[in-house]
Amino acid sequence: MNILFFTLILLLGAYLAGLAGSLTGLGGGVVIIPLLTLGFHVDIRYAIGAALVASIATSSGSASAYVKEGITNIRLGMFLEIATTSGAVIGAILAIYTPVNIVAILFGVMLIFSAAMTLRKKHETALTEGSKLSYALKLNSSYPTKEGIIEYKLKNVAGGFSIMTVAGVLSGLLGIGSGALKVLAMDSAMRVPFRVSTTTSNFMVGVTAAASAVVYLQRGYIDPGIAFPVIIGVLAGAFTGSKLLMRINVKWLKIIFCSAITLIAINMIYNGIHHKF
Amino acid sequence: MKIEKINKVTDYDMQQLIGQVLRYGVLISGIVAIIGGIWYLYQHGSGIPHYTVFNGEPAGYTSLTGILKGLGEGSAKEIIQLGVVILIATPILRIGFSLLAFVLEKDKLYVLITVIVLSIILFSMFGGLKV
Repeated sequence: MNILFFTLILLLGAYLAGLAGSLTGLGGGVVIIPLLTLGFHVDIRYAIGAALVASIATSSGSASAYVKEGITNIRLGMFLEIATTSGAVIGAILAIYTPVNIVAILFGVMLIFSAAMTLRKKHETALTEGSKLSYALKLNSSYPTKEGIIEYKLKNVAGGFSIMTVAGVLSGLLGIGSGALKVLAMDSAMRVPFRVSTTTSNFMVGVTAAASAVVYLQRGYIDPGIAFPVIIGVLAGAFTGSKLLMRINVKWLKIIFCSAITLIAINMIYNGIHHKF
Repeated sequence: MKIEKINKVTDYDMQQLIGQVLRYGVLISGIVAIIGGIWYLYQHGSGIPHYTVFNGEPAGYTSLTGILKGLGEGSAKEIIQLGVVILIATPILRIGFSLLAFVLEKDKLYVLITVIVLSIILFSMFGGLKV
């Protein structure tokens, strides 16, 4: 297999990863790591570097649209980025001392969790009464829907902040956006309406990933030969996904895809336990 | 009521501005990566990939000075890495623009919060974490 062939196959794989990530809401980076390690036998450290780059690309690409529509809560995102970026820096430091097979196992666990989070029920109801801290930090806001502007308040700011720190650590350690944990923090702990929590999470992924990407770039995890097909493929896939998303019902696709992801995750965990990384 | 209205307008402006920064950042980095990528395939397309073993990348692609030096020599890999750097810089630039917007809105609390986030990233960049 020469470089030209490798690049074209990787481009196609990254395109499908971006498409799947966008249709299910898992994000582009998550699928890149198993694709590279299990599919191409690429060292997991190069895979982490590529996944970080892919996460930034998909996050920035789709956030540009959501931010303009005014769904994203920029203040909430900015405040929680204190937690995710400091977590990401800690994760990037921990990565030096963590054996690669442990990274693979953690990644597998995270993948199963993300798949489960994608399939769970979402609540769209907006709280009318927020906690004291939510007012002090000006986190309460409103967002446009088909039925008009909806005001929402939020609670349990400390709980959300803590989960976000964990999300940041995992993001820095595994090279993923940890979108699932971010949504858990905002959706389940802080009771942010679903549309707002997914778009705000997506908005934050870019900054979180950038905080550890600057470290990984200097450590030599980001290889140009892998980075370029991954960036282009994932971006094109995510773009196609966002167009398709408006036209098709993704319910079954989500179930099939999440089952596939779970099998891949078990494979990663198995290989990790048997030191095949 | 009047103050709130003025604030709303600047929040809207900030959203549009941030949206544009993100869009152009991704667009420019994608174009640079495509140019570098085609050039790279032209130069190295028939070589054999070597990613099964992790070597870390040579200094050329891991620092800005190395990348700029490679660009001067017309090296394809450094052009791709420039695209990667622009991509990584995009969300950081977004924070910079948010900071500017919060300053203009005179939102002291969020100027502080944004400065904290920016400092963490700058620490990560220059803090000697590369090991």
